[in-house]
Amino acid sequence: MADVSFLEAIRQAQFEELSRDENVFLMGEDVRCNVFGTTTGFVEAFGKARVRDTPISEAGFVGAAAGASMVGMRPIVDLTIATFAYPAMDQICSIVAKSRYLYGGQARLPLVLRMCMFYGNSNAAQHSDRPYPMFMGMPGLKIIVPSNPADMKGLLKSAIRDDNPVLSFEDGTLWSSKSTVPDDDGFLVPIGVADVKREGEDVSVIAVGGAVQYALAAAETLAEEGVSVEVVDPRTLVPLDTKTILTSVRKTGRAITVDPAHQSCSAASEISATIVERAFSDLKAPVLRVTTPDTHLPFSPHIEKPLYPSPERIIATVRKVMDS
Amino acid sequence: MKKERLELFRRMVLIRRFESHAEACHAKGEIPGSLHTATGQEAEIVGSCMALRPDDYMVGNHRSHGHPIAKGASINPLMAELFGRSTGVCGGKGGSMHLSDFSVGSLGETSIVGSGVPVAVGAALGASLQGSDRVSLCFFGDGATNEGAFHEGMNLAAIWKLPVIFLCENNLYGVSTPAAEVISVKDIAERGAAYTMRSEIVDGQDVDAVFDVVGAAVSRARAGEGPTLVEAKTYRFAEHAANMGRVLLERGPELEEWLKRDPIELYRSKLIAAGTDADDLIAIETEIDDEIVASLDFARNSPYPEQSEAFTDVFTEPVPTPAWLKVVGNGDG
Repeated sequence: MADVSFLEAIRQAQFEELSRDENVFLMGEDVRCNVFGTTTGFVEAFGKARVRDTPISEAGFVGAAAGASMVGMRPIVDLTIATFAYPAMDQICSIVAKSRYLYGGQARLPLVLRMCMFYGNSNAAQHSDRPYPMFMGMPGLKIIVPSNPADMKGLLKSAIRDDNPVLSFEDGTLWSSKSTVPDDDGFLVPIGVADVKREGEDVSVIAVGGAVQYALAAAETLAEEGVSVEVVDPRTLVPLDTKTILTSVRKTGRAITVDPAHQSCSAASEISATIVERAFSDLKAPVLRVTTPDTHLPFSPHIEKPLYPSPERIIATVRKVMDS
Repeated sequence: MKKERLELFRRMVLIRRFESHAEACHAKGEIPGSLHTATGQEAEIVGSCMALRPDDYMVGNHRSHGHPIAKGASINPLMAELFGRSTGVCGGKGGSMHLSDFSVGSLGETSIVGSGVPVAVGAALGASLQGSDRVSLCFFGDGATNEGAFHEGMNLAAIWKLPVIFLCENNLYGVSTPAAEVISVKDIAERGAAYTMRSEIVDGQDVDAVFDVVGAAVSRARAGEGPTLVEAKTYRFAEHAANMGRVLLERGPELEEWLKRDPIELYRSKLIAAGTDADDLIAIETEIDDEIVASLDFARNSPYPEQSEAFTDVFTEPVPTPAWLKVVGNGDG
C-alpha cells in the first residue's frame, strides 16, 4: 500500500496487466515517449511491438484495435484527449459497440479505449469536453469514470480483463491527486458497482468523476452546519449501479446529482430521471442537478472556471433541497 | 487443378442462385429489410476468397452475401439469417448486411461504407502479434476508397507491413453515382502509390485471373512482404438494392455489354474449352438447386428468435429486459 497519484495508478494498472497477459498490448499516439507519465519504462519492459506508437489516425487505430480484439488480442488504446475520440466515432459506434450484437455473439471485443477529459485549464472548446454521456446512449460500451487513484487502478485493471469494450474516461483535474493504492496484482474494483464515498442521513449527492472531490469537500463544510451528506460515486456509468443509488436516496429522501458534463442528457440527467421514476414516493424535495451549462468552454480562465461544478455550487444546491 | 476449378465454378453458381432466390423471397415479403445483391461480381468474390486458407481472415461489406459462401460457410444459417430466424448465422440480429460466419474466418460484414478496412487491418495486426502467418482480406467498393477509414487503414497496413489484401470491388457506381465522377484517379489501384503499396488491377469477371493475382498477394503477405491493393474491375448487374420498385441507375447499352461478360458463363465456356464435360457443370448446378431449396426449407421452418434475444450479445453478459416488454415465445416459423 502506498500513496500514489492518479497517473501513477494508471501506469501501475497498465504495467501489471501487460505483465500478466501477453495478449494485452498498448497503442496510441506517443505512448512510447510517455507524454503524461502513464508508460514509464514500458518500452524497456515490453518492447515496441506491444507499446506501439500510432500515426495521428484515430479511426484507423481504434478500428484496428477492434479487429485485433476480434482475433484474440486485448488492446488498450490511449486516445490521449477525450475529444480525439470524435474522429473515431464511426469505429466506436458502428464497429466497437455493435460487432458482438450484429454477429449474434460470434465476436468478442475485449478492448479498452482510454481518454483523458482535459478540462478546466484554458484549452478551449475543442479540447475540454467530458463526452461520456453521448456514449451512454450507445449500447455495447461499458463506461468507467473513476474519481480517485485507487478506483482508477482497480477499475482499469478490471476493464483490461473484461471481455467487452470499455471506455475509460480519466478526469484530468484528478491527475495529481493522491490516495492509498494497493500494490498487489490482484487488486480489482468491479465494473458496475457504485461506492458510497461518505455516509450521511439528510441528502444524497451522486457525483461523477472529478465532481466527487467537490462533493466530499461540500459534505465537510455542510457537516459543520449540521447537514449530513451522503456522497455516492457511481464509478461506472454503464452498467449503472442504480441499486446503490436508489438505496441511498430512499434513506435520505433528497438527492442532487453532480456531473462535470454538459447538462442536457448528462449522466446527472439520467441518474435524476431514474431516481424520480423509481423513488418518487421517498422524495422530500425535488431532485436537482449541478452540471456544466449548455455552452462551450471558453479559453479565458476568468469565464471558464465558474462554469463547472464546484463545492460552492454543490453547497448552495444542497441548501436549496434542504429548505424545500 | 481441375477439382479446384470446378469448385470455383460451383461457388460462383451457389452465390448467384442463393441471391436470386433471396431476391424472390424478399419480393414476396418473406425476407425483411433491404437486400443488396452482387450479381455479376461473383468471380472477384470467389477468386479472392479461394486464394485464402480456411483459417485466414476476411471482412466483407453491405453487399456480401456471397463472401462467406466463397469462404466456405454453410448456406443454411446464412439463408435463415436473411429470414430473421434464430437459426441464422447471427441469430437473426444482423441480417442481409452482416452475414458473417466466424467459423470460416469471415470476421464481419459492416454496412457503413469503408468501416471494415481498419478492422481487417487490426485482424492482421493481431495475427502478426500472435506470430501466426494468417492473412486478412478486406472487401470494399469503389465508393469506400473516398472514405477516411480506407486511407487510414491503408496507411497503417503499409507502415506496419501487415499481411492485408485490400480488395476493391470496383463496380463503377456508388448507388447511382459514377465512380469516375467522384474519384480523383483513373484507376483506384493508383491510390496504393500514396502508401508505397504494391497495387494490381485485375479483370474482376475472370475468376482464374483474380485467384492468381490475389494468390500472389497472399503469398507475399504470408512471407512478411506486406499488403497489396487489388482493384478488381467488375460490374453490378442489378440495382443498388433489390425490389426498390424504381430504377436509380439508367445504364443504357453498358449493361448489355457487361452481361456478355457474365463471370459464370465466361468460366463455363473456358472450362468446356479446356475439356470439362458441359453435363458435369449442369450436374453441379442441379445439385446447387437442391441445396438452395433445402436452405429455404430450413429457413422457413426455423423459429423466430425469442424476444429475450434482443437483450443478449450487447455484452458477454445480458442487459436488463424492461418489465413492460412482454417476453413472447418463438413465432411458429
